[in-house]
Amino acid sequence: MAEVTKLIHKYLRHDKKFPHVWCPGCGNGIVLGALIRAIDRLGYEKDDIVLVSGIGCSGRLPVYVDFNTLHTTHGRALTFATGVKLANPKLHVIVIMGDGDATAIGGNHFIHAARRNLNLTAIIINNNIYGMTGGQYSPTTPYGALATTAVYRNIEHAFSIAELAVTAGAAMVARGTVYHANMLDKLIEKAILKRGFSVVEVVSNCHTQYGRRNKLGGAVQMLQWQKDHAVRVEKAAEMPEEELADKFTVGVLVDRDLPIYTEEYKKIREAARAKMAAMR
Amino acid sequence: MNEQATTGRQVLLQGNEAMVEGALAAGCTFFAGYPITPATEISEVMSVKLPAVGGTFIQMEDEIASMGAIIGASLAGAKSMTATSGPGFSLMQENLGFACVAEVPCVVVNVMRGGPSTGLPTNVSQGDVMQARWGTHGDHPIIVLAVSSTKDCFDITVKAFNLAEKYRTPVIILSDEVVGHTREKINLPHPGEIEVIDRIRPNMPPEWYVPYEDNSRGVPPMGIFGDGYRYHVTGLIHDVRGFPTQRPDEIVPFLNRIHRKISQHFFDILMVEEELAEDAEILVVAYGSVARSAKRAVREARQRGVKAGLLQLITLWPFPRQILEPYLRKVKAVLVPELNMGQVSREVKRINQGVTRVETINRIDGNLITPEEILVRLIKM
Repeated sequence: MAEVTKLIHKYLRHDKKFPHVWCPGCGNGIVLGALIRAIDRLGYEKDDIVLVSGIGCSGRLPVYVDFNTLHTTHGRALTFATGVKLANPKLHVIVIMGDGDATAIGGNHFIHAARRNLNLTAIIINNNIYGMTGGQYSPTTPYGALATTAVYRNIEHAFSIAELAVTAGAAMVARGTVYHANMLDKLIEKAILKRGFSVVEVVSNCHTQYGRRNKLGGAVQMLQWQKDHAVRVEKAAEMPEEELADKFTVGVLVDRDLPIYTEEYKKIREAARAKMAAMR
Repeated sequence: MNEQATTGRQVLLQGNEAMVEGALAAGCTFFAGYPITPATEISEVMSVKLPAVGGTFIQMEDEIASMGAIIGASLAGAKSMTATSGPGFSLMQENLGFACVAEVPCVVVNVMRGGPSTGLPTNVSQGDVMQARWGTHGDHPIIVLAVSSTKDCFDITVKAFNLAEKYRTPVIILSDEVVGHTREKINLPHPGEIEVIDRIRPNMPPEWYVPYEDNSRGVPPMGIFGDGYRYHVTGLIHDVRGFPTQRPDEIVPFLNRIHRKISQHFFDILMVEEELAEDAEILVVAYGSVARSAKRAVREARQRGVKAGLLQLITLWPFPRQILEPYLRKVKAVLVPELNMGQVSREVKRINQGVTRVETINRIDGNLITPEEILVRLIKM
């Protein structure tokens, strides 16, 4: 059996009624593939993995894989994940979100999860648009782009998801693309292994709702765009600013050791026990 | 519920503090909350006591997040709880609906204050009876319990956890500013004296586990994340395996089951207190802090020769219709005093269908209805 077939048999749900909901050429499948390869390399038990998502095209991702899967409400995936992780810190909790999911409706939860530093992994698929609802502008839709709620052009300015996560205090932040699929699974693997809150922003393509309306071509052209505009973090550090104007960086943006919430909370429990014992 | 237990540890507690004691006695190990008057003491005391018993307290960024966190914790096996007041309760409604549909046990306390909006943050009200029933969108089952004393705050919180676990549903406790902040002496029972119910877990081989399959109770056994029963949890309408469905033949049985699991256990869920009600000619129907005033008013009315009685509702939803109906047929009049513009009285009138006279006392000025107010009305009636 080919390697990929083995992985499909091992990780995809056999009792789930395929086909999936995604358009042909969608980046979500590539992210799912990268996630499965990363988890397979780590050798984690399926029982020990909880895959949590919000709402949108990305929200449907967990249903296809044979882990403990939790499809929550729009923007709230990180709050549910926080509860899961605190109730059972041994579980590997991985959260999948979209750009609107994580930075619009879930923006507050996102920055606070980063600040709090629980040992969670957040993978944010950024396709610059609300795809499932039909192409409305999101917080990462570029200035001047077209969307069904910005038919005259978008006059809002986009978030950089990864940089937002760095500023909010995440322990590890990386950015990848669905074009660089092999790099992506290494970034995800590193993020899952990271002790603390880790974020992987995945630059993806929604040719159906974003590319078509903005005349960026189909899936192939949009993947080509990713290839042409992605610069490795290490290389970008040596490049002059003018050359980076229309580029974005890929790789690990930040990787720092910070106190982990669940480890800190163990100390709180000890202090509380000592206080209660003293009161008796 | 107000009779003192003969054994146990005697303490002077605020209603809000007693709720924490009740939650801990019921086995609560996870609390997520956000500060709000007049519920904040519950968070504060939880933050002190939960870590001491190996549990976890977390202050989230808002009430939306608090509700999400307690659902997540419950799915991972913890008995979980949050506490808030009106504005925060509004924010919880979306995820509360998720807990109904995904059948996740949890307890949500709303210490009611004056509304609407920011309203009267430090004043008492009972304005959230209907929000507790219908706050989240779509037809959904819910259990709502009302507390009237510090003792209730302990006992009913234990009961709320038990019902949540037994029926895999969120249970809402409606307290109010007066109940939450009144200090009373109560006896905290010894742990062995309290009935604690835990959710039924699957015990079949994992490959046989069908997570949302119907059974005679209407409550499927609940797998816990990490225990080997991997399944899908979603707020979408799902088939018996938990996977999203749009098939009418799967949608209807699912929605019917989650309603049936509450309705068919009505008498297990139903809790009322009756005071001089059996031979009453005038029945006072009250709940929460107002039931305290009503109890005194009824006793005093009897001394003045007015045959009044009290039906105190502890279970507000499902509404105790089967208990109320026989009274409606035999009393001369019903009086519903409440701290809103007529939320429970509306339900009483709906059930009454003109059988007897239903009067109301509605106080919305942020103060408690006094025994005198009720007594004066009882004498007039």
